[in-house]
Amino acid sequence: MATYQEFIQQNEDRDGVRFSWNLWPSSRLEATRLVVPVSCLFTPLKERPDLPPVQYEPVLCSRANCKAVLNPLCQVDFRAKIWACNFCFQRNPFPPSYAGISEVNQPAELMPQFSTIEYIVQRGPQAPLIFLYVVDTCLEEEDLQALKESLQMSLSLLPPNALVGLITFGRMVQVHELSCEGIAKSYVFRGTKDLTSKQIQEMLGLMKPAASGQQGRPVGPQDAEAPCKFLQPVHRVDMNLTDLLGELQRDPWPVPQGKRPLRSTGVALSVAVGLLEGTYPNTGARVMLFIGGPPTQGPGMVVGDELKTPIRSWHDIQKDNARHLKKATKYYEAMANRSAVNGHPIDIYACALDQTGLLEMKCLSNLTGGHIVMGDSFNTSLFKQTFQRVFSKDYNGDFRMAFGGVLEVKTSREVKVCGTIGPCVSLNAKGPCVSENEMGTGGTSQWKVCGLNPSTTLAVFFEVVNQHNAPVPQGGRGVIQFVTQYQHSSTQRRIRVSTVARNWADAQTQIQHIESSFDQEAAAVIMARLGVFRAESEEGPDVLRWLDRQLIRLCQKFGQFNKDDPTSFKLSESLSLYPQFMFHLRRSPFLQVFNNSPDESSYYRHHFVRQDLTQSLIMIQPILYSYSFHGPPEPVLLDSSSILPDRILLMDTFFQLVIYHGETIAQWRKAGYQEMAEYENFKQLLLAPLDDAQEILQTRFPMPRYVDTEHGGSQARFLLSKVNPSQTHNNLYAWGQETGAPILTDDVSLQVFMDHLKKLAVSSSA
Amino acid sequence: MSQQGYVAAPPYSQAQPGMGGYQGGFGAGPAQPLYGHYGGPPQTFNGPPTGMMKSPVSSAAGVPPPAAPSQYNPNVQQNGAHPQRYPPPAVSASYGQPLQSQYNNMAPAAPPQAQQLTNQMSSMNLGSYASGPMQSPPPPSNSLAQQPFQPAPPPVGQPLMPPGPQSPHMSPPQSPPANMPMAGLPMAGQQMGGPPLSGMGRPFPGPPPPGPGGFQQPSPGPAGPTGYPQQGGQFAGHMAGPQPGMMGPQPGMMMGPQPGMMGPQPGMMGPQPGMMGPQPGMMGPQPGMMGAFPGSPGGLAGPPQKKLDPDSIPSTTQVIEDDQAKRGGQVYNTNIRGQVPPLVTTEFPIQDQGNASPRFIRCTTYSLPCTADLAKQCQVPLACIIKPFASVPKNETPLYVVNHGETGPIRCNRCKAYMCPYMQFIDGGRRFQCGFCNCVNEVPAFYFQHLDHMGRRVDFYERPELSLGSYEFAATLDYCKNNKPQNPPAYIFMIDVSYNNIKSGLVKLICDELKTLLENLPSEDGSESSAIKVGFVTYNKVLHFYNVKSALAQPQMMVVSDTAEMFLPLLDGFLVNYQDSRAVIYNLLDQIPDMPAWRHSRQQSAAGSSSSSTPPCPPPEAPGKLKNRDDKKLVNTDKEKTLFQPQKGVYEQLSKECVAQGCCVDLFLFPSQYVDVATMADVPSHTGGSVYKYSNFQVETDGEHFLRDLRKDVQKSIGFDAIMRVRTSTGFRATEFFGAIHMNNTTDIEMAAVDCDKALTVEFKHDDTLSEEAGALMQCALLYTTVNGQRRLRIHNLSLNCSLQLSELYKSCETDSLINFFAKSACRAILNQPLKAVRDILVNQTAHMLACYRKNCATPSAASQLILPDAMKVFPVYMNSLMKSAPLVGSTELSTDDRAHLRLSIMAMGVEETQLLLYPRLTPLHNLDVDSEALPAPVRCSEERLSDSGMFLLENGHSMFLWLGQASPPDFMQSLFNLPSLAHLQGNMNALPELDNPLSNKVRSIISGLMEKRPNSMKLQIVRQKDKPEMLFRQFLVEDKSLHGGASYMDFLCHVHREIRQLLT
Repeated sequence: MATYQEFIQQNEDRDGVRFSWNLWPSSRLEATRLVVPVSCLFTPLKERPDLPPVQYEPVLCSRANCKAVLNPLCQVDFRAKIWACNFCFQRNPFPPSYAGISEVNQPAELMPQFSTIEYIVQRGPQAPLIFLYVVDTCLEEEDLQALKESLQMSLSLLPPNALVGLITFGRMVQVHELSCEGIAKSYVFRGTKDLTSKQIQEMLGLMKPAASGQQGRPVGPQDAEAPCKFLQPVHRVDMNLTDLLGELQRDPWPVPQGKRPLRSTGVALSVAVGLLEGTYPNTGARVMLFIGGPPTQGPGMVVGDELKTPIRSWHDIQKDNARHLKKATKYYEAMANRSAVNGHPIDIYACALDQTGLLEMKCLSNLTGGHIVMGDSFNTSLFKQTFQRVFSKDYNGDFRMAFGGVLEVKTSREVKVCGTIGPCVSLNAKGPCVSENEMGTGGTSQWKVCGLNPSTTLAVFFEVVNQHNAPVPQGGRGVIQFVTQYQHSSTQRRIRVSTVARNWADAQTQIQHIESSFDQEAAAVIMARLGVFRAESEEGPDVLRWLDRQLIRLCQKFGQFNKDDPTSFKLSESLSLYPQFMFHLRRSPFLQVFNNSPDESSYYRHHFVRQDLTQSLIMIQPILYSYSFHGPPEPVLLDSSSILPDRILLMDTFFQLVIYHGETIAQWRKAGYQEMAEYENFKQLLLAPLDDAQEILQTRFPMPRYVDTEHGGSQARFLLSKVNPSQTHNNLYAWGQETGAPILTDDVSLQVFMDHLKKLAVSSSA
Repeated sequence: MSQQGYVAAPPYSQAQPGMGGYQGGFGAGPAQPLYGHYGGPPQTFNGPPTGMMKSPVSSAAGVPPPAAPSQYNPNVQQNGAHPQRYPPPAVSASYGQPLQSQYNNMAPAAPPQAQQLTNQMSSMNLGSYASGPMQSPPPPSNSLAQQPFQPAPPPVGQPLMPPGPQSPHMSPPQSPPANMPMAGLPMAGQQMGGPPLSGMGRPFPGPPPPGPGGFQQPSPGPAGPTGYPQQGGQFAGHMAGPQPGMMGPQPGMMMGPQPGMMGPQPGMMGPQPGMMGPQPGMMGPQPGMMGAFPGSPGGLAGPPQKKLDPDSIPSTTQVIEDDQAKRGGQVYNTNIRGQVPPLVTTEFPIQDQGNASPRFIRCTTYSLPCTADLAKQCQVPLACIIKPFASVPKNETPLYVVNHGETGPIRCNRCKAYMCPYMQFIDGGRRFQCGFCNCVNEVPAFYFQHLDHMGRRVDFYERPELSLGSYEFAATLDYCKNNKPQNPPAYIFMIDVSYNNIKSGLVKLICDELKTLLENLPSEDGSESSAIKVGFVTYNKVLHFYNVKSALAQPQMMVVSDTAEMFLPLLDGFLVNYQDSRAVIYNLLDQIPDMPAWRHSRQQSAAGSSSSSTPPCPPPEAPGKLKNRDDKKLVNTDKEKTLFQPQKGVYEQLSKECVAQGCCVDLFLFPSQYVDVATMADVPSHTGGSVYKYSNFQVETDGEHFLRDLRKDVQKSIGFDAIMRVRTSTGFRATEFFGAIHMNNTTDIEMAAVDCDKALTVEFKHDDTLSEEAGALMQCALLYTTVNGQRRLRIHNLSLNCSLQLSELYKSCETDSLINFFAKSACRAILNQPLKAVRDILVNQTAHMLACYRKNCATPSAASQLILPDAMKVFPVYMNSLMKSAPLVGSTELSTDDRAHLRLSIMAMGVEETQLLLYPRLTPLHNLDVDSEALPAPVRCSEERLSDSGMFLLENGHSMFLWLGQASPPDFMQSLFNLPSLAHLQGNMNALPELDNPLSNKVRSIISGLMEKRPNSMKLQIVRQKDKPEMLFRQFLVEDKSLHGGASYMDFLCHVHREIRQLLT
């Protein structure tokens, strides 16, 4: 058998699944003793160029509360044309279309290599994709201009039949009608009035005149005759909309000295959500919100318009001084839930130097699977590129986005699902496989993920329910099936089914096996997600303490040591990196709010709970490459000792890409050696990290902040704040030495952290 | 209403009891019945007529003084005994069957109305004539005639009687007067000879013989009489007189009468003299008048043999004509305190010499009674009608603007009155004493000027505020809202683009018109283009605002659907300068009528703004939604008033806000059904706006009419965001204000806008005794914003006389102003009182005013004579017309909306408009002199004046009719319509074809001239005699019995006379 590493890799490639444990303890008790729960990171739409979808409907188990999909793990009686469900053991006859089935003529879903398979189903009307731009006009002229250009550009990226809509807002909210000639027509809403969806639809004329008091039925997309005048096919209104965007002016209402512009973000969103709700519920539609500042009036306002009252900081929040926080959060949450019900993701593109209220608004994206992009200005390549990348296409020429996803998790009897952490909302589907023990968003076996892309990853938590004294399901395997229904960007309805199984192991006798099946990367990310999830509702120190305790317990469980002898402590290879991940996690902006605004924290966390394992790991522990004349580029320790004068460092923290020139290199560069022909090699050296960085910049979403700095540069702080402060002004012995750069910090170094950990792990009193 | 107006009645009524003795005599309190008579009981009717007849008087006055007595007695007897019961019988008896029969017939047929009266009357006359009884000597005839009627008179008579002596002079004039109402009788009385004088001759050429007789009488009191005639007697006399006169044929009888008749008209006055011996003074002047009168009536006389001669009763047209002849064209200098200006219908140039021109202010009387008691006694309302923005003809100087720089206008420290000619400079010019409160103020240094030997400032003639009655001050920032300079005003056009309006072409019509209209927005004199900004809103069930900023390539429409909480969706580009944004606006106006998405149900929103708005029907939803509450069953009940009351809520609040914001709303309505004008027009009527209503609008037929209104409305001179205050000298003060205004407190009159046609009526009350020397001063100060956005103060000053003599007051009365006051106060009163009560009050007060005159000012005369003050001789016809006007008439056939509309219109009317409204101008066109500049003289508004072969133009400021007699000569038709005959005329024409022939040109120029002259454009309706539409036309013949209920002029006079007699007894 291949190594666990290979097994894990293979599983990830095939099914998009990484389990924390690849052998499952056979009882509930043992499972809890493992500290890290049985859980996985699941990437529902992992790109599988090698997986052509099949063009028929999946075969379902006929038991009403099971409905599992036929999969390679099912027992099949080819002669009787019967298959047994491996979740509920129901025996099901094959449908008539499977009449020709035999051992040698098996449908794809029965083949082991198709443990993940995708079906294209013909269900419901095909609706074009919808993009609804919600644009803040309280911007600086320059920003607005840049934004307008980006939006105009984006029109060319949309498929011609996609519907677009435009809502602009400032003090008022304007819904633009796109199909009119000769006169630019828009519907205007007061920015301070909270309207119900029904009111909005009535005001937009989307309801048939309320006949005899009976609730008017929204004009659905079915009425092909009357497509909504606010959402029009791109090919038809391309010119109009381009002009409209071109003529877009800054909000004309005067902003008195000492005031913020009045920005009715809340109402604008409400109108957008109401509009889509009334016209295209449960069809693929994206609300794209572009904001250049915090909402300052109406429902959802985050800060008043008086400049003298600054927007809330963590300090205010901790002191319970954030006046609008709770109300605004509640408002946006309600909005997000509505939008989630309709299956419409909401993107937030927030570009401003100050905070824009992401803390309050984050749930809009977090619950609907929308993007959040945060930048300093719309006139930056960060925004422009990122925005462009929203519309990137895959190898088939389809957008890398999917809509209205519903993820269902089915488990075999020994396992139940506790919940998920990811950009989703619960659909409240109770069932036999739902655990009472909630982790993340729990209490359901179905979740709605309105916006999906190939990297969207959810952490799914399970609970082993087998009792301690019950026999290990001998030879049995625990089976989990992920069924993801979604609307593909080509507007097809698709269902992707992944069925995975893991062996059971008796933790008492096979603890080593279990230990070696430990996926420390997955575990680190999963624990981090749990930590971040907690951080949303708990005080930072509590979360850290919880994380520390988990780590210590894990070390106690799997470490080899003599009691009370820290020096004897040893961890097996499969756990060796885990504490280091935890060390960096503790220092990460996901758990530390110091030096970050509430908006930044929200932004970081937003991305952390949705990216796949690799990206998440980068976020936890940034990657550091070193370039020098001494050899090819090499990854080096994220440690202050890696900062050497004759090196160029490239650090990728996911959010930032930092190129750092060591002191000597910087001097050389300043002296202009790279210009000289004889120092071509130096030039090459300088270019090497740039090329690598370029590669990352090209692919990552959102585009990272690109920092090019050097020893002593102010921007070097990005690097210095990340590396392990192994040398600080405190450990004098290193001061002035040539190896590495001291960091001016009181943070503990990894060494200290590890020492401490060992001490606690081996302590008999702990 | 003012107390004087309506409430005053009680005392009088009480008085009646006093009459007691007489009453009894009268018999069944005819008094009360009187009203009833309107209602219906014929009986009452009879009563009055008799009373009216006063023939006694006439008789007395009449030729045969001697006769009189005899008559008298009979009368008395009758009165005492029969009045009630007998009247009819008596009549019959006396006259013989003919009368009776007629009478009877009549009664049944037309239960209530005046008609009966007339009929009776006529019958009487006839009878008398016919019967021949009359025949014999006039006197007898009189007596005869009277007898039947007279019951009532006796009482009166008595007092008068004694005057045997009077008779001499009285008689001539008097008799006629007395008779007036009853006409029929009077004739008998005709002895009036007096009246005859002037009038006589003309009218009745035929009768001359009689005339002489008539004259003879006069002779007795030669000079005096003549004088009198003018004053008051007139109508009284006429009435009676006339008929007989008519009789012409029957010389014997008539004679006397005829002349009398004539007299009346011309000299209604005649009577007066008769009336009051007391007013000798009066008399004096009058004589002159008489002369003036050439009795036009004569012409008319011809036909009426059978009926009581309508020419015998005071004629409005005659009065107007006389005044025009006497004072027209002469410069009217305003330098004399308490001077009575010419009638509003008279054209005359005005020179401001210290009092505001009558174009700006007119008063009900120019001589106030000195004490509250006197005022109460005479019941004449003390009021003025102010039209602060009245347009000034080109040949008169516009108001001067005085600019005192940063200090602003100089004012009295105590009462805050503005510097005006009534400020007395003292102390060598260092101080001035306020003419209003007598406070002594320091003269600011910069304003100091030495006084001349007269005590006048040396710069008296250089400063408008010292020498003129009207002028303006430039206001400082202190006079601006929030102490900020005002923005230039804006016109917002709100157009209803609901499906029906689009379909009907109305929207297109409006949009096309706006293109030219906007080129001609009003601007301050001298400035090239208008500073007024324009904005556009269209609406159906939602509102559409438009951004028409000049920088835009195409207009932007912003839809606001939140009708529950309206707001302005845009700031920049909504209000623009038309010149700058012309291209965009053109673009917009081109597109509005063609917008595809208008298919919504109709709805009106509550958003208000200045200028035109065109709601189609009561808004079905959203704030301002109105429920249909038109209920014809309420008409003629105590609850009828609710039809005129606005529904509570949104519109009420809206009008307050509009006023606060200085936003005037004009409403153009195109209803096809009930829209609740009473409520919707609440906003315009409180913001100085106008309401225009085009029922069942059709672009082809009503389009031009509407556009004319729209043009006038937009282009007329106007002031914005106005606050007005009327200050008075001590002793009296303004207490009631009527108009399209809003009042937050008791003194400040707020008007979101005030244009050249808006007038408000202010009633005054005594606080204290006024002195004859000091007179009464008033200053009306209007703070407003010009069309250029400048803040100004417009000051109008007026000084009035005060007198302890009621005769002075009656002499200085102005009927047109009085009726304006009564119209407005009645229109307000109907909001709170049942119509019937209001009408009763009107009649009562009329009677009181006249009775008071009779009692205190007129020379004693027979009670049976109706004596009217000269200045008020046509007052009854107006009053009668007022009571027949749509709001007051209480008929289920009139649309509630129309009534409410007219009611609100009246509230904002000036004297000219009420005059014209209540006495439409009926101009004969068939004998038009196409070469003459002058308009043909109008004739009286009565069917009798129409002729089958005639063509008449009738207009009242709201409607215009071209009436074509059945026998219209074909050449007329050819010239005017290019049609061979009347029969070829299409129905519902509303314009004359443009034909190039003198007649057509002349007629069309007359029509367009009138349209131009009136504040409202009028829709020309062409009606053929006996066609159905003629009904519409007929309601404007105000001297006739109204189709919708309401007495004829003559009946009304009779009725009033009876009232008066009751009061006097």
